[in-house]
Parts: sequence; structure tokens; C-alpha cells
Amino acid sequence: MNLINSLPRKKGTLIAFCLLLLVLPWMISSGFQSGSSYLRALDMALLFIMLALGLNIVVGYAGLLDFGYIAFYAVGAYTYALLNSPHLQAMLPSWMMYPPFVVSIVICAIVACVFGIMLGAPTLKLRGDYLAIVTLGFGQIVRIFMTNLDRPINLTNGPQGINNILPPQFLGYNLGKPIEWFGLQFEPVHLFYYLILFFCALIIVVSIRLQNSRLGRAWVAIREDEIAANAMGINTRNVKLLAFAMGATFGGVSGALFASLQGFISPESFILMESIMVLSMVVLGGMGHIPGVILGAIIVSITPEVLRDVINPLQMAVVGRKVVDPETLRMLIFGAAMIIVMLVRPEGLWPSKRRRAELRPATKGIALQEKDDLQDAERNHD
Amino acid sequence: MTKVLLEISGIHKRFGGLHALNDVALTINQGEIYGLIGPNGAGKTTLFNVLTGLYQPDEGKFTFNGKDLFCQKPYIVVGSGIARTFQNIRLFANMSALENVMVGRHVRTKASVFGAIFRPPQVKNEEAAIRARAMELLEYVGIPHHAEELACNLSYGDQRRLEIARALATDPQLLALDEPAAGMNPKETEDLKELMQKIRNDGVTILLIEHDVKLMMGLCDRIAVLDYGKKIAEGRPEEVKSNPRVIEAYLGVAPE
Amino acid sequence: MDIFLQQIINGLVVGSVYALIALGYTMVYGILQLINFAHGEIVMIGAMVTITCINFLIGHNVNLPGPLLLALGLAMAIPVTMLLGYLIERIAYRPLRKAPRLAPLITAIGVSIVLQQAAMMIWGRNYRAFPAILPSDVVEFGGASITTLQIAIIALSIVLLIGLFLLIERTKMGRAMRATAQSPDVARLMGVNVNNIISLTFMIGSALGAVAGVLVAANYDQAHAYMGFMIGLKAFTAAVLGGIGNLGGAVLGGILLGLIESIGSGYLGDLTGGFLGSQYKDIFAFLVLILVLIFRPSGLMGERVAERA
Repeated sequence: MNLINSLPRKKGTLIAFCLLLLVLPWMISSGFQSGSSYLRALDMALLFIMLALGLNIVVGYAGLLDFGYIAFYAVGAYTYALLNSPHLQAMLPSWMMYPPFVVSIVICAIVACVFGIMLGAPTLKLRGDYLAIVTLGFGQIVRIFMTNLDRPINLTNGPQGINNILPPQFLGYNLGKPIEWFGLQFEPVHLFYYLILFFCALIIVVSIRLQNSRLGRAWVAIREDEIAANAMGINTRNVKLLAFAMGATFGGVSGALFASLQGFISPESFILMESIMVLSMVVLGGMGHIPGVILGAIIVSITPEVLRDVINPLQMAVVGRKVVDPETLRMLIFGAAMIIVMLVRPEGLWPSKRRRAELRPATKGIALQEKDDLQDAERNHD
Repeated sequence: MTKVLLEISGIHKRFGGLHALNDVALTINQGEIYGLIGPNGAGKTTLFNVLTGLYQPDEGKFTFNGKDLFCQKPYIVVGSGIARTFQNIRLFANMSALENVMVGRHVRTKASVFGAIFRPPQVKNEEAAIRARAMELLEYVGIPHHAEELACNLSYGDQRRLEIARALATDPQLLALDEPAAGMNPKETEDLKELMQKIRNDGVTILLIEHDVKLMMGLCDRIAVLDYGKKIAEGRPEEVKSNPRVIEAYLGVAPE
Repeated sequence: MDIFLQQIINGLVVGSVYALIALGYTMVYGILQLINFAHGEIVMIGAMVTITCINFLIGHNVNLPGPLLLALGLAMAIPVTMLLGYLIERIAYRPLRKAPRLAPLITAIGVSIVLQQAAMMIWGRNYRAFPAILPSDVVEFGGASITTLQIAIIALSIVLLIGLFLLIERTKMGRAMRATAQSPDVARLMGVNVNNIISLTFMIGSALGAVAGVLVAANYDQAHAYMGFMIGLKAFTAAVLGGIGNLGGAVLGGILLGLIESIGSGYLGDLTGGFLGSQYKDIFAFLVLILVLIFRPSGLMGERVAERA
């Protein structure tokens, strides 16, 4: 609510920020030598923001620990790929192939949502870490099927993945080819940037609206105290399932965009590590706080890319030769950074005011307060 | 002729070998304050959890307002008009006081996911009504100035009040309070008593567990006494007070 | 029938290793309610250090019988992993004991990444062969075969398990561990040094993990910087399967998981008419886990904790 109410006051900043977002790809592609690879990283960062916001509904709002979140991303990506590549052309009826872009996205969202419900319905009564490990198992199962469903029927094309995925086309434009507007050459990376930015903004708006709704409050209530939420007449099972389904839907949309951006997909992109990355975006940024989660997603997805470019020159400068494999070193630094950030700021880099209050040692928890008050009461009786 | 609001009979609840509730029957009439007392471990809270749907009884009958609530899920029970508070306060600690009460409106509102995302006028109106009603209830229990504070930062007495406001937000016909005066000083207890009388005068029936016998005697219309999972007495406070079985249960010896 | 017997033997071998690793997870979880994600990496490092040590000895023409070389390697690896386990707890978990529950989980993942990458730097990206120092005579019985190595794996696992149970059930230290698992606060009031007990738990778990890592490497003749991940995951699954926090459960879960995997993958092709082959082996672990948890949410041997209102 605060965010929306304060918008008029911050309108100027917001407009400036939007303009910055619009010109950002041009600044990047002309400002750096490896501009277009940075731009790709930026596109990926936007996708990760969408994923992190989806997981944030599940973990941040409803407090359900999901380790298999990337499975929904995979489901979205594979659904998009199968509908928009020649891979299944021989098997599927022709009216199913190459649906309009928006229809594809909606189908992917629905399929992922159904997967979310299928996983959630039997498992959501599990608590905490048990749910975590079951979702982890689910993520693995999805990945194993992706890798192996190339026989007896070649559905996923196994480890090679699916190629030749058609780029999105709408209003007569093909996003896979450069387009010239107003004398400016828009490369596909630029076009995708705007496309993903649009969906990203959409998901942010949806997240905010959900958060400030009756359902958002029910999610937080369940996270805070499930028994009390029950006693307030919340159908906790259905409401949790809804969180799962929403998270899965977000994941499915991001997956579809990912497939359309890449043009090919393989099981490699959907390993457990990716689930863990998305989870760390949510936690490092600040669970349940939309700006924090966005920040977390940007940092976690961009840092390894930046490190990739920084490490080799740095090694050359310091030691004079290539001592360690840069890929290894950058992951090592990344892992260490995760530990350090959590040790210094366990509540995340940009937590909501609420979370900060929760962790401030000066604030008494209810139990403590109860004790104090009991003592007060005794004193009064004397 | 008083109208029976809640009626249970033959309720049994076992936890492994422990027979926590043994053939308990009671009726609560519309508009009364009904007290439930008994020594520690007598099964008061278990009965409370059965009545509010958190525990499923093993056998028995449970009707409320003409509706069969035996073994129903809590959200059905709350929807039928029974709301509760907890002995060891269970607020949503990191939500504001206002938000806590707004959660209580959940069961009386119906905006769906699509409503939340697209915000049509009726959802906007509903949201505004939730907020207005929640604010009204905070005023009703006397803590409107704490609306924006986190529940965990309220004083103990105010937390108790907030829990009552949250329960009232579900528009109950029966409000079940589990030891609301525990840990309060005499002044706070007196204020609480007034609040409960006000709630009753506004047409909500109250079921009350409390250890403060003085409070119970002065407040309740009828009292039931539980001991070892059985109801050993029921009646007006003065009848219960002089019942030899009650005295035995509390003092451990039968009076000569 | 002989194939069946063979699958059971294979299952027991793998299962007993899972059990050893699962104990590390379950002991830590029992006390801290924390999934020690880095435990799989400890297992990997145990294997790597042992291999390096044995190769070093062989390289310096130390002519000792194979089992003794292995014992020397382990004697090197166990202290290393114990130290690592201790450090991990001290650095990454202890400062976060009062933090939100997910914070230590993220540091655990961070530690896991760091250890994996460090192992890559030290031992490289390629598979490391386990030196062929152990006799691998094949014993035939009932149409199935088992190597002496496999017998040794099972025997060693049993000895370690019995040792651990004696330690926990019969010693003063074990009693302190059990008390801490029940309630750290009360244990502290009773004079137990809870921090020491927690450190000790990590160290014991790490030692068992190191042995398990060596056994796995010996069984498959190789080790790799990424090996800890999958085996850690499976062992954790086993711990949950048995009822996390329950030592007997971890052993039961480990052995069951090994059996299910091996029998399941052996017959999967026949069962599904060739539709699904043994490449789906890894699915079993997770499928069984999901099913068990749906029907028995606290695991096979876990106690049902009644939710108190």
C-alpha cells in the first residue's frame, strides 16, 4: 500500500527511473567493449527478477520453502519450445504449432500453474524442511525426465535440448532480427530487453497488488503463525496452494521468455543450482520485500558476469600469469560473498521495515514481553 | 424462552492413552457469558480446541446455530460464527495491529486472485470496507492509536485486546476467550471485564476460560466445571461455588 | 533370482554408505534444525584427501599392504574433515543461530560452493582415479557375486554404526548430545557446554562423512569435485526418509534407499516394457521420498509431533 500511495510524491523520480531503464541498453551497448554480452546479462537479470519475484510469493510471503522452483521455469521453457520449434512438428497437429506469441505465453503460464498445483496439492501439508526436500526432489525428477525423455518417444530431445525455437513475432515484427526504427538499429538483444522489461514490470505490478490484497495478508498470516491463521478462518491449504500456483505461473512465464530469448534450451539450464541461485536472490535481497528481491536478483545474476571480465585482467596484473581457472575463481568468490553478506546482514540487503524491526535486538519478542508483564502483574498484586 | 446457540454432547477426545475429554456435554444459550473452569490439565483448552475446530473430536455431537459442526475444518467453524483467542497470545507478530484485524475479515470477504490483480471496483470497495471495519474494531477495543504498530511491539494488555478485535473481525456469534485475563493486573482485568460486558451487550455470546475465580463469579451467567476430562458441575456461579464435587476437585478433599 | 540377489547386494553396499552420510545430516539437524548443505562437500574432500595421500605414499615408494595405505590415507583425511566441519560451524552457522531460519541455509549453500570450487582448484576438473591398492577378489554365491571390497565396505559401515551408537547411548558425551538435541536451553542449564557439543557433532559427522567418501570412491574407482553434491542429496533424502533427527532412522533410510534404487533401476526396464530404463535410477530416491512423506510426513521412524494449539 505504501508503495502505491507514495507514488504520486515520487512521480518525478519514477519517471526518471523509467527513462533510465529505457535508454539503459543503449548506454551499455555503446559504453563497453563487450556491450552486447553485458546486454545479454541484463536480459538474463530481468528474467531472474521475474523468477525471484515468483519465488518470493512462495518463500517470502507464504513462508513455504521451495527448492525445486526452477522446475516451473523449465516447464514454461519446454512448453514454449515444443510449441514454437520444428521438434514436434511431425507429431502435433498443425493448428497447435506456432501459436501467436501472447497465446504461447498464456499456455506456458497455465501449464506451469497446473504443475504447481500438482506438486502442491499432495505436499503442502508438509512443514518447513520436509517441504523443502520434497520440492527439491520434484525439481530433480523434472530434470531427469527432461534429460531422458528422448526415448522411446523423442519428446525433449534429451541432453541435446531443443533447437531452432522461433523468436517471438507480433504486430508483424520479428524479434529475432534487427529492426530499424527512427533511424536507430534495434538489435535482437535490445528488442528482448524491452520485451522482458515489459513482462518484468507486469509481474512487479501483480506482486504489489497481490501483496496488498486479502490473499497477500492471508499468506503473511500463515507465515507468521499457521495455527492462528487457521483459527481466523483462513483455508490454509487452499491459500498455500494458491501461493504455489502463483509462483509457478510466474516461473512458467519467465521460462517461456527464456526459451524465446535463447532460441535453444537444454536440461543444463534447469539444474538444482539454478533453484538455489533464485532462492539466494530472494534471501540475500530481503525476503518478502519486493525492492529487496529485485536488488538480490540483480546482484546475484550480474556479479558472476562482472567477475568473469574482471578476474583475468586482475590475475594478470597481480601475479602476471593465469594461476587459477577464472570460472572456478569467480564461483569461489561468489560463494564467499554469499556467506559474508548473510553473516553481516542476516535479514538481507534491503529488508522491509517490518523484517528489520523483527531482527533489531532492542525489540522484545512476545515471549520476552510476556515475561516482563507477568512480573509487572505480580508486583502490582503485592 | 432462551435460544440454544451451541450444543455438544458425548464428546470424547483421546491423545494416545490420555482420555482428555470424556463424554462432555454442554449447551450455551444465545446472549450469555458462559464460563469454563477447572484445575490445570482438566481439559479446558482441549475442549476449546474442539469447539473451535482445531482438534477433531473422536466421537460426539456438535451443533451450532442449528448447523452440524462435528469434525469440521476450522475455516468452516469460523465461517459458521465461532471465533477464538489463544491462551498464549498468537498474533501475527510482524504485521501491524490493523493488518492483524484485517486478516480477521478474510472469512467474510471473497476477493479472488483475479480480483486482487485486476482490482475491479467491487474489490476496491471491499478492501476499503475491510480497512474501515478493522479500524472500527480497534477503536471498539480501545487501541486505535496503535493501528500502525507491529503487533509484537504492543504491551501485553493491548495484545490481548488486539486478539479480541481480530476475533471480532470474523463477525462471530460466539466469541471464545482462552484465559484473557492471565497475567493482567487488577486494573487491566477490570477494563477487560467491561469490554466483555460491552461485547455481550452488543449481541455476541461469550465462552470464557479463566482462572480468576472472582472475575468469573462476577461476570458469567453460567459456569461449567471440568475435571479429568469430565464435566462435574454446571450452573449459575453461586450454585457451582457451593457444589461439593467442585470444592473437592479444587481442594482435593471432600468437605465434611 | 540371481539378478535379484545381485541387486540386493549392490543396494546394501550403496545403502550402507548413504547411511554413514545420512547420520551426519541427521545429527546436525537433530540439534540445530539445520540442513547442513555443505556435508556432501565434506564427503568429497574426505575422498580427495585420502586419494592424494595414498598417491603420495605410493609415489615415495612406501611399500605397504593396500588396506594399511588406505588406513594411513584416512588417518590424514579424517582430521582434515573434522577441522573443516568445526570451522564451517564456527564461521558459517554459529553467528546465525538467532537469525531468520533461512539465513544459515544460504551460508550453507555458500560454504558448499566455496568448498566445491576450492576442490576444483586443488584437484582439477577431471575425475581422479582411486589407486588400485585394494584387493578386489570376487566371491560368488547363489549366482550373485560380491567383491571383497564390497564386503569390507559393509563391514566397516556396520562397525562405525555400532561405534556411533555406543558413543551416543553409553557415554557421558553421548548423553550430553542427546540432551542438547532435546532442548539446548535446558541442557545448558544442566551444565552442558552446548557450543562444544555442537562442534563435536559436526566433527563426528564429518569424520563419518570422510570415511563414507573414501568408500564411495573406492567402490566406483574414482572421485570428482562435484561428487559430493548428488551423494549428499541422496543421503539427506535417506535421512528424511527415516525421519530426520533420528539416528536409527538415518541408517534405515540409507539402506532402504540403496535397496530401492538398485532394485528399482534393475527392474525398471522390465516393468515398463522398456519405456523407462535404468537412467531413471535417480528418480527413485526422490519418488520414494515424496511418497513416504505424503503418507507419513514425519518419516519412517520419526515421531509424530502433535501440533499444540
